[in-house]
Amino acid sequence: MIKSFITPELMPAFPEISLAIAAMLILLFGISRKEEDYNSVSNLSMLALAAVFMTLCKFCTETATTFNGMFIADAFGAFMKALVVTGSFVSIMLAAKYVERQRIMRFEYPILILFATLGMMLMISANDLIALYMGLEMQSLPLYVLAAMQRDTVRSTEAGLKYFVLGALSSGMLLYGASLIYGYTGATGFDAISTALAGHPAGLGIIVGMVLLLSGLAFKISAVPFHMWTPDVYEGAPTSVTAFFAIAPKLAALALLTRTFMGPFGHLADQWRQVVVVISVASMVLGSVAAIGQNNIKRLLAYSSIGNMGYALVGLAAASPAGVQAIMIYAAIYMVMTIGAFAVVLMMKQKDRMVEQISDLSGLGDRQPLLALAMTIMMFSMAGIPPLAGFFGKLFIFQAAIGSGLYTLAVLGVLASVIGAYYYLRIIKVMYFETAGDDVIDKASDGRLNLLLGISSALIVLFIVFPGPLLTSAADAAQSLFK
Amino acid sequence: MIEAIFFYVFSAVLIGSAAWVISSRNPVHSVLALILAFFNAAGLFVMLGAEFLAMIMVIVYVGAVAVLFLFVVMMLDIDFVKLKAGLVKNAFVGFIVGGVLLAEFVWMYLRWGMSQVTPHVMMPTPDMAQVNNTQALGMVLYTHYVYLFQISGLILLVAMIGAITLTHRRRPDNRTQKVAIQVARNPKDVLKVEKITSGSGVH
Repeated sequence: MIKSFITPELMPAFPEISLAIAAMLILLFGISRKEEDYNSVSNLSMLALAAVFMTLCKFCTETATTFNGMFIADAFGAFMKALVVTGSFVSIMLAAKYVERQRIMRFEYPILILFATLGMMLMISANDLIALYMGLEMQSLPLYVLAAMQRDTVRSTEAGLKYFVLGALSSGMLLYGASLIYGYTGATGFDAISTALAGHPAGLGIIVGMVLLLSGLAFKISAVPFHMWTPDVYEGAPTSVTAFFAIAPKLAALALLTRTFMGPFGHLADQWRQVVVVISVASMVLGSVAAIGQNNIKRLLAYSSIGNMGYALVGLAAASPAGVQAIMIYAAIYMVMTIGAFAVVLMMKQKDRMVEQISDLSGLGDRQPLLALAMTIMMFSMAGIPPLAGFFGKLFIFQAAIGSGLYTLAVLGVLASVIGAYYYLRIIKVMYFETAGDDVIDKASDGRLNLLLGISSALIVLFIVFPGPLLTSAADAAQSLFK
Repeated sequence: MIEAIFFYVFSAVLIGSAAWVISSRNPVHSVLALILAFFNAAGLFVMLGAEFLAMIMVIVYVGAVAVLFLFVVMMLDIDFVKLKAGLVKNAFVGFIVGGVLLAEFVWMYLRWGMSQVTPHVMMPTPDMAQVNNTQALGMVLYTHYVYLFQISGLILLVAMIGAITLTHRRRPDNRTQKVAIQVARNPKDVLKVEKITSGSGVH
């Protein structure tokens, strides 16, 4: 009865294993210091992420599975992991001054980001329903803690609690869906589910399971109608944590959604497309309309991210290689824009006090023209105005939708993006055409924020000149899902 | 025959104690009823031949979760009457949502069909006559599922870090016991023996 045990191939999971070991070593280092040593731990964490980034491209050409097919390393995974690792690296960098000012300089902060990143990488590489769930929990748990990090403010605690309770609810839906899928296919592995589903008309149980799974994942990318938590959590969590929420986990959940629905459920594309189309239209419209009334810039960016996920889902609804490629390009551009926008939000302080109202930006065009210019670039790009990168992100998405014959969806998307342009332009109007009172934003003191803002502005502006690297790598990576 | 009797005894006590959990006015009684419910569920598992689940049920749910509940109930001053006040107010909405969900699932199970998809079993359950299920679980948990086992470990580590991050605080004004100083104290420096003449008191 006892089967011989063969050690699984470890090389495909090399980046994940190294990150796990690095995170634990840094944790030990952090504990062994007598005083809280935030800066060293944060620098070491960034070093670890940079090292992991270097190892990612060992697997960007061929596809390998390991751990009995539960883990898959391929070009798609490597691309998305590169984005996620970069996002986490930048999030730690963005946080440096902010956590000091807000007195949340605890060495666990970067370590929790490392563990969340590990969870995201496991999600992206999940090739099995159980592995998918484990990755998701591994990613979510540190996020709940990070949201509640500033525990002496009610808002932060509330954000953490709200995120936790709703996250548990979404996990419940996802697990119920997964158990139905297991019940109807007899397998949890993606490859086996795919074989079980091929060539059959889909049963009702499978479809219910699949929709529940989709709902659970839609919660993680905060797509409508599972978005309720987003504005509150974004507003309540410390700003540097909000930046992290917007930058990295969304991309990982998007990658997981793409892999799951293009892979094992690829045969049922006609079934889930209807659901994805509804979710995507609702997210685009709500993201545009609800943001109009917001005065808090963090809430505004929360609605903006809901809308952006709606656009990304248009690419998923296309269910084609072009759609996947468009999702990846969109994800990359979204990440750069979000980094830029949050760098500006983290610079918003008046007389050494953080402010987050949109009206606080008034007069920025006169007092700090460079900062205002960078914010203008981000906002124009998010609104999708050519020739900035955000325009091309949307262009590829809508092209893919039209390529799959989803004309109505594409038209609705364009309309939503026109409505959405209003509130992006409003920020620009406030910065340039409204006169400031005595209170204006202080001169930026953190070189790192300036550097990140400069780099992201340059990337957004120069995308039209050098689109090649992103387009070709996304195209290659998208192909790996369709072998 | 004897199995049937045990089954009905366990089931009846289980359902009865579950009803007790939600109907009792005293939260401590609720928790105790919950523990009883767990024991009976464990009994049902043993009868099914799932002794591993039964033991886990007793160790995890009775040993840890229920006792934790008991601590929470007894140590926190929660006004359960106030908590229940909102119950009637929200019951209507709750019933509608629950009813819709129930109707959906009833509809789904009425149209339940297994035939469209070929049963496709990846890992057949080993024969119970040859190996008991604790052993069978152990054999796959550390081999086939080693990846998931390791991630579970990491998740528990994160949970621990999270709990400590959110609750631990260094209090500079904390009066902790310093054993070294206590031991180093000399009785001669801190004790004074005085003779007191009666009626004059201590000055």
